[in-house]
Amino acid sequence: MKILVCVKRVLDPQVKARVKADGSGVDLANAKMTMNPFCENALEEALRMREAGIVEEIIVASVGGGKTEETLRHGLAMGADRAIQVVTEDSLEPLAIAKVLKQVAEQEGVGLVICGKQAIDDDSNQTTQMLSALLGWSQATFASEIKIEGEQATVTREVDAGLETIQVKMPAVMSADLRLNEPRYVKLPDVMKAKRKPMDKIELDSLGLDTANRLTTLNVEEPEGRAAGVIVNSVGELVEKLRNEAKVI
Amino acid sequence: MSNLVIVEHDNNEVAAATLHAVTAAQQIGGDIDLLIAGENCAAVAEAAAGIAGVNKVKVADNPAFGHHLAENLASLIVEQASDYTHILASATTYGKNIMPRAAALLDVAQISDIVEVKSDDTFVRPIYAGNALATVQSADAIKVITVRTIKFEAAAAEGGSASVEQIGGGADAGLSSWVSQALSDNDQVDLTSAKIVVSGGRGMQSGDNFSMLHSVADKLGAAVGASRAAVDSGFVPNELQVGQTGKVIAPDLYIAVGISGAIQHLAGMKESKVIVAINNDSEAPIFQVADYGLVADLFEAVPELDAAL
Ligand SMILES: Cc1cc2nc3c(=O)[nH]c(=O)nc-3n(C[C@H](O)[C@H](O)[C@H](O)COP(=O)(O)OP(=O)(O)OC[C@H]3O[C@@H](n4cnc5c(N)ncnc54)[C@H](O)[C@@H]3O)c2cc1C
Ligand SMILES: Cc1cc2nc3c(=O)[nH]c(=O)nc-3n(C[C@H](O)[C@H](O)[C@H](O)COP(=O)(O)OP(=O)(O)OC[C@H]3O[C@@H](n4cnc5c(N)ncnc54)[C@H](O)[C@@H]3O)c2cc1C
Repeated sequence: MKILVCVKRVLDPQVKARVKADGSGVDLANAKMTMNPFCENALEEALRMREAGIVEEIIVASVGGGKTEETLRHGLAMGADRAIQVVTEDSLEPLAIAKVLKQVAEQEGVGLVICGKQAIDDDSNQTTQMLSALLGWSQATFASEIKIEGEQATVTREVDAGLETIQVKMPAVMSADLRLNEPRYVKLPDVMKAKRKPMDKIELDSLGLDTANRLTTLNVEEPEGRAAGVIVNSVGELVEKLRNEAKVI
Repeated sequence: MSNLVIVEHDNNEVAAATLHAVTAAQQIGGDIDLLIAGENCAAVAEAAAGIAGVNKVKVADNPAFGHHLAENLASLIVEQASDYTHILASATTYGKNIMPRAAALLDVAQISDIVEVKSDDTFVRPIYAGNALATVQSADAIKVITVRTIKFEAAAAEGGSASVEQIGGGADAGLSSWVSQALSDNDQVDLTSAKIVVSGGRGMQSGDNFSMLHSVADKLGAAVGASRAAVDSGFVPNELQVGQTGKVIAPDLYIAVGISGAIQHLAGMKESKVIVAINNDSEAPIFQVADYGLVADLFEAVPELDAAL
């Protein structure tokens, strides 16, 4: 089976996002970018499937411009076999991304797609479900455990009330939660090897898809901050303040 | 304008989160219908008909919907969609799983996790773990929306008198099936609706030590929460995780014990009315958002707090 792992380039999770003064968005110029953490979990799972002999080939794909190639090279260094960059400088919405990824999945004839549960920048948590819908495949989101058994997969999902286990028919689209696995570290020789792995570039326009945005961002602003409070000196003082000042207990 | 709110439920009760989505629909304006898809879910329909401000409750009672599988539910929503300008659900794992699938089938965008309704086509939503708020305007004929519950009051669960209509349609797509679930202990106070939450982080050192927090929580009628580090370390189950990728809560009082205050954790609790931090590192970022900070060893401070209550 071939597997497609969809990865997104995002602002490093350790870096605090800064809103641009003109309200047009978040300032990403010179900011440290990485592969979306959930996408690393998705790729790690694919690597383990290949190690277990369930998967023959792992393709990482990303839709984006600029330095998206860097993120894909990281995926290759982690161990993916080849990469596909669908090149666009536009910021596409999840629906458009899903249309693009559908085309990639079909062209490559993959039997499974794994995405991250959510991208930590836009926090949409949509792309996986949309891609699954457009392909007409089964859907297993927020996975913390995946077992492929021939034509079926058993997936444990992290839901608000706890854990839910479902069985899905293959082919399927799944999304990785953080506890699915611990992504491996990339070693220097892997980085060198990744430079020689195949990287296809496809121009978005050549796909002939309607990827127009449906949403217009009118403004991006910083939320109101919280003023720092006081340091209390004892548990007694804390309890007194909670009772008499804040009146919350 | 006409709104359809997807009711989250367990075939017995309406989830509290749905009441907040109803309020968002009220702010959009126009009629509000509810859609209940379930199996043997008459009790849910009866309760939902009592929610204030609701016009009609549509019920699809069918074994295909018993376990809320996304493929089956999304198709049903699509069948109903043409009657509505807005389709809403709460931004819980229930809504997040189903709604984008329905949106894609309708070829419309989803507006995720809205925190404010500006007008019938313009909404505010957090991005970057809540470090920025984007105001977005939708050009789609049908707006598919998930609602961040903490930013909308709950609609009154009683006082309404909606009509109940049984609808047909829907079928088992045969793509997935439910196997089992491991749900949290029902005796505990619900984390998302609790007025007071006591959360523990990596500083707790073990799952056993969480009994200290449970004891404090019992005295306060509080729920227990956790940081991702505490969940990843196996101290507590995943449903207790508060944060960007866990639950987003806004209790009246949030007590963070042995939690450093990473951006991703703050994303889930910084809207709490009063925040207390107990941490032995005076430089911990949690103190920057805490109304009351106590620099102390939690293994001394928490038992002392317990005794003082
Ligand atoms: C209001 C708004 C502002 C935006 N601003 C910017 C911006 O400033 N800079 C910018 O670069 N983009 C911007 N975008 C586009 C955006 O970054 C996304 O690519 C798109 O909206 C996907 O949303 P998400 O990343 O939250 O998806 P999610 O649904 O949360 O992503 C889930 C998973 O889908 C997959 N996935 C998502 N995107 C891609 C991709 N591009 N390629 C491959 N796999 C992917 C990954 O596996 C990811 O883990 C903006 C979009 C909107 C609506
Ligand atoms: C993509 C992504 C998503 C994430 N999502 C979430 C999320 O949803 N929720 C979340 O919480 N995190 C999330 N994280 C993780 C987050 O970045 C932090 O790693 C995590 O919140 C740290 O948990 P912690 O504060 O318990 O642990 P630490 O950062 O290790 O802090 C432990 C604290 O305990 C204090 N301490 C230790 N011993 C004692 C003692 N005896 N007495 C008093 N204080 C003590 C220490 O001083 C320290 O401040 C996410 C990370 C990423 C990359």
